[in-house]
Amino acid sequence: MQVGLTHYLVLSALLFCLGLYAMLSRRNAVAILMGIELMLNAANINLVAFNKYVAPTALNGQVFALVVITLAACEAGVGLALVMAAYRNLETVHVDEINIMKW
Amino acid sequence: MGELAVFIILSAITLVSAVVVVTSGNIVRSALSLVPTFLGVTGFYILLQAEFVAGIQVLIYAGAITVLILFVIMLTEGGTGLRVRQINEQVPMSILASAALALLLISVFIRAPWPTAKEALPQYTASGIGEALLTNLVLVFEVTSLVLLVALMGAIIIARRER
Repeated sequence: MQVGLTHYLVLSALLFCLGLYAMLSRRNAVAILMGIELMLNAANINLVAFNKYVAPTALNGQVFALVVITLAACEAGVGLALVMAAYRNLETVHVDEINIMKW
Repeated sequence: MGELAVFIILSAITLVSAVVVVTSGNIVRSALSLVPTFLGVTGFYILLQAEFVAGIQVLIYAGAITVLILFVIMLTEGGTGLRVRQINEQVPMSILASAALALLLISVFIRAPWPTAKEALPQYTASGIGEALLTNLVLVFEVTSLVLLVALMGAIIIARRER
C-alpha cells in the first residue's frame, strides 16, 4: 500500500483538531498560541502534500508553505509581545481573567 | 512498503507529542513537547520531497519559536505554576467540537475524488523555489518581507516597558 494524498490529509486533520482543542480549552494565552502553531503546521502539511500529489510541475505549494511559516513567526512574535504587555499591566496570562473590556 | 512504515512512525511521533502539548497540565512540558511535534512535521516534509521547507521548519519552528515560547513562559511565571489550573470549564464542549470537526474532515477527505498528477516533482526543489520567489511570485516575497518588518516593529513597541 502506497502513501497517498489521503494519508497526509487525514493526519493534518487530526493535528488541526488537536490545535483547535488547545485553543478552546486552555486558559493560558501562551498555550493558546501553541495550539495556533499546531493548526498552522497542519495547514502547511496540506499545502506541501497537495504540491506533490496534485500539481508537481509548479512549486507554488511549497512557496505558500514558506510564506505561512514566515507569517507564523510574525504571529508568534507579536502574540507573545501582547502576552508580555498583558502580564505587565494585569498580572495574569489567563484569558478568562482578562475581561476589562467587558461591561 | 518502507514509505508507509516511515509515515506511520512519523505520525505516531507527531500525534503523541501533539496530544502531550494540548493536554499536559505543566505548561513547560507542553512547550518542550512542541519540539518533537515540529520535528515529526519536518519528517513529513522530507517524505514529500520538500527539503528546503524542511530545513526552514527546523530553523524557525523547532529553533526560534519554541525558544521564544519558553522565554515568555519564564517571564510570565504567574501562570505557569503547577498548582494553577490550566484548563477552563468548556473542556467537554471543546472535545465534542474538535471530534466532530475531525470526523467531518476525515469523512470528506476519504470520499473526495482528488485529482492526481502523472508527473513527479523535480529532483531538487530548492532552486525551483528560489527561481519562483524572484520571478512569478516576487510580489508575495516583497509583501512578506514588509509584513515581517511591521511585525518586528510592532513586537518591539508592544513589549517595551512604558516610562
